[in-house]
Amino acid sequence: MLRDAWLIAAKDLRIEWRSRVATNQVAPFAFLILVLFAFALDANSAALREFTPGLFWVAVLFSGMLAIQRSFSIESSDGVGDALLLSGIEPASMFLGKALAIFLQLLALEVILAVAVLVLYDAGIEDGVLFATTSLVAAAGVAAAGTLYGVLSVNLRVKETILPLLLLPVLAPVLIGATRAFNDALGTAAVDGWAWLGVLGLFAVIYIVFGSFAYGVLLEDS
Amino acid sequence: MIHLRGVIALLGRFPALAGVDLDVGPGEIVLLQGPNGAGKTTLLRLCGGLLAPSGGTASVLGVDLTGKRRQVRSRVGMVGHASGLYGDLTVAENVRFWARACGAGAQDVPAALDRMGVAHRLHDVPVARLSAGQRRRTSLAAVVVRRPELWLLDEPHAGLDQVGRDLVDTLITDAAGAGATVLVASHELDRIRPLNPRVVTLAGGVVHDDVAKRDPEVRGVQGSRAEDPAQAESAHGVRDPGVTGGMGAEDPTQAESAPGVRDPEAPKGKRDA
Repeated sequence: MLRDAWLIAAKDLRIEWRSRVATNQVAPFAFLILVLFAFALDANSAALREFTPGLFWVAVLFSGMLAIQRSFSIESSDGVGDALLLSGIEPASMFLGKALAIFLQLLALEVILAVAVLVLYDAGIEDGVLFATTSLVAAAGVAAAGTLYGVLSVNLRVKETILPLLLLPVLAPVLIGATRAFNDALGTAAVDGWAWLGVLGLFAVIYIVFGSFAYGVLLEDS
Repeated sequence: MIHLRGVIALLGRFPALAGVDLDVGPGEIVLLQGPNGAGKTTLLRLCGGLLAPSGGTASVLGVDLTGKRRQVRSRVGMVGHASGLYGDLTVAENVRFWARACGAGAQDVPAALDRMGVAHRLHDVPVARLSAGQRRRTSLAAVVVRRPELWLLDEPHAGLDQVGRDLVDTLITDAAGAGATVLVASHELDRIRPLNPRVVTLAGGVVHDDVAKRDPEVRGVQGSRAEDPAQAESAHGVRDPGVTGGMGAEDPTQAESAPGVRDPEAPKGKRDA
């Protein structure tokens, strides 16, 4: 199962590396979001610092949406969806493989965005461990939920527009939990970041477990 | 190997198959012909486990398609209108990926690429840069490497040059010679006829004509295909006179040595477990 999951993930990452979509489109888009937020807040350093956690995770979610759509567009082109079904790979392995590839891309994206907010927004990290752990757990949650909803919309004619509509509400708990945890990690609000990290972890586990079981059903029906 | 009784398959609300009866044995080459919309592609997809029958009974490779169609998929090799390849991966990467995904060993990949004529100059070329014919050859290589027990080919000669077409013909006869069943949907009847197929005509989602029903001797010809030493070549072009395969397979250990088809009695790969 894990061997197959890695096979899928390695294939997806290789395709991303070749196509350079993540580096040439998704990452610049994410950076652009941060810049536009700065413009919208009139480059007010205090306000930007205060809202850095929320702005960071909104940028992650919006640009992550592109990575998720891209991940499933390659499976809907030129009959590879049928070929994948005929391979006999267990749906749970497909889910874990797709989610792992998206997770690793999100992590790379978060690193880029973290550097950007530290420089652009003049933010400072007070609890590095909480910052890193939150980034990991939130990326896992977004990747799992994104993979589940990605397969749901993959063969719809309106997949480009329906995916954000379906996925963003589901990711609201991740956005809230990750933002609260970052408030603590960046010292922008007096909250218990580790408690929020626990909530975030719970949602990530639910998405991963539910996705492992539901992916096959959604794949057959999509 | 394939037993369909009154099979109905719906595409949305449209009955693409409206009561198909068909029996196909091991080693048979069946040409599915009929006008556009007759149900040829749908029948191939149903036999590959990609479509669930909405009515009737359907069994393929001993698997009941009404409830367990996933089990048949890894034992089937299908080439359709689409290539089933990743455009950003190279020819070799694609075939290697599909070999591993199907639980087959990657050690057969070079031979499959070589056989389909995509081994050298095209080995490291991304599929997106290939011509239609080269893509078709790569798709066939990805099927060859998985050694299917059932070949489902939808217009397999489309886009191929003369050499490629001859390669497809050889693949078909070799696979049948090794005991696999081959279903070919094609409008190129003159191209397929020399392979001496059993001709099944579909029209309006039902079997309009089946030459085996009209002339039972035809089935005998197909059934003995695997016993013809001239045709008992492996899928990798290695002549193996010991292969009998098909319904006439007398020695399973010899049938196993034919790379063109998995022996049903041989130790199964992980996908069949």
